[in-house]
Amino acid sequence: MNFLTLSLSLVFVFIPIVLSKVLKLELEKDTIIATVRSVVQLLAVGYVLKFVFDSENMIYILLMIILMIVAATHNARKKGTSIKGITWKLVVTFITIEVVTQTILLGFGIIPPTAQYLIPISGMMIGNSMVLSILFLNRFTAEIESNQDAIELILSLGGTPKQAIHTQLVNSIKASTIPTIESQKTIGLVQLPGMMSGQIIAGADPVQAVLFQLLILFLLLTTAVVSSALLGFLSYPSLFNERKQLLKKITTSTSDTEKS
Amino acid sequence: MTETNQAIQLNQVNYSITGELILKNITHSFPTGKITTLVGPSGAGKTTLFRLCNGLISRDSGEIFINGKSIDDYDPLVLRQTVGIALQSATMISGSIFDNLALPLTLKGEQLSEEDANKLLELVGLEKSLLYRNSKDLSGGQLQKVSIARTLVNEPSILLLDEITSSLDRVSQQDIEKLIKRINENYGTTIIWITHNLKQAYTIGDYTVVMMDGEVIESGPSDLLHNPKTNRTKKFVRGEIE
Ligand SMILES: Nc1ncnc2c1ncn2[C@@H]1O[C@H](COP(=O)(O)OP(=O)(O)O)[C@@H](O)[C@H]1O
Ligand SMILES: [Mg+2]
Repeated sequence: MNFLTLSLSLVFVFIPIVLSKVLKLELEKDTIIATVRSVVQLLAVGYVLKFVFDSENMIYILLMIILMIVAATHNARKKGTSIKGITWKLVVTFITIEVVTQTILLGFGIIPPTAQYLIPISGMMIGNSMVLSILFLNRFTAEIESNQDAIELILSLGGTPKQAIHTQLVNSIKASTIPTIESQKTIGLVQLPGMMSGQIIAGADPVQAVLFQLLILFLLLTTAVVSSALLGFLSYPSLFNERKQLLKKITTSTSDTEKS
Repeated sequence: MTETNQAIQLNQVNYSITGELILKNITHSFPTGKITTLVGPSGAGKTTLFRLCNGLISRDSGEIFINGKSIDDYDPLVLRQTVGIALQSATMISGSIFDNLALPLTLKGEQLSEEDANKLLELVGLEKSLLYRNSKDLSGGQLQKVSIARTLVNEPSILLLDEITSSLDRVSQQDIEKLIKRINENYGTTIIWITHNLKQAYTIGDYTVVMMDGEVIESGPSDLLHNPKTNRTKKFVRGEIE
């Protein structure tokens, strides 16, 4: 594919814009912004990747991964503003995910230590970890908000903060990881995973593509559970003060997130 | 130094939420081993006072002594077991009545025997058949009773009761009054009881405290409800301030 064919594909952007105008959906502005942003962002990434791949320098690979973690943290922290120190808690979560998955992958020689493997897999892991963190934080703050009475009941009877919040913590970890597990049950039946489709289109052997996709799926399982659980256990202590009191004002930006 | 015949001593206690003073310079003592009833219009700050004494919240300024010891010198978990509270909402954890009665013990890694659980039910006048029922299936009145029994499991030396009979019928209400009196007599437990029912406040209380707008406006032997000194208490007793 080249830039000429890509510009022809802009037809697929005009269709929704025209429909939006006709049906008064008022989606034109957002569609245009989304298109411009995706073109600029992805092209930039493409050229950066090309540069990093060509140089094969570990420093650049590391820089790319740090950049991913910074971006993921920046995105996810908005959902956890009520949790003190959420920024570094997210950073620790993402670094843990990256270190755990890459150690196993490289340690067992499952993938070679080249930019071509390290960067896309890191991107998928950190990206997924970010989504899971957001799901977890949304759910956790909502659970706490609607169960303050039950949490304070346990505290009032002499329970520790961990005992008081246990149910909400476990529910939130479960709720945020279930979609990952569920989606893997039907994968391939309804739709082909994006990465695998991309590989096949680019000319890879379908069986090879499937093997890689399976690897990614297994990694995503680890990422999902580790992200939620780790973030949960890092987060809950900051909801209480040193007198083991539940801090008020656990209001989230939940209402904003639904709009954006 | 503090006198030890005061179960709870408050000294110029202030508490505010988002800049608004909820408790204003409260100085008051609750005598050990007595039943004190706490009355006042809703929004007066009664529940807030309880939450301070149980350690669910902390004051902005002033001093609180529990059994002669500064509240700050208590481990929060020990404080909450010493000063038991039965919350107005009678909140339950999900699960059976047994799970709820056992909660104070399970939090300590201990277990409640079925025999003891049944004794608790009997104590508060509930059928044994309710033990393994889901807490969602019980009426408000029944839950109030479970909530009281659950608080008793910790054997607190001070018991704070927040409108625990407000959703009970007359007979249950009298049963609970008898139960609380019995606990007070048998174990010397200090009782502080918030109630909207002034007749109850008078009959059950040795002492009564009247709160309004975050202040203690009158206190003394429960007789004061029949002979109020201040105009505001007079109005409140006559039902002119809700
Ligand atoms: N968590 C809270 N947030 C905001 N205001 C509160 C909170 N708790 C209590 N208040 C306010 O404090 C005042 C006293 O409340 P409360 O102690 O519950 O009174 P009472 O038990 O006497 O009815 C009320 O005006 C109430 O609105
Ligand atoms: Mg109240």
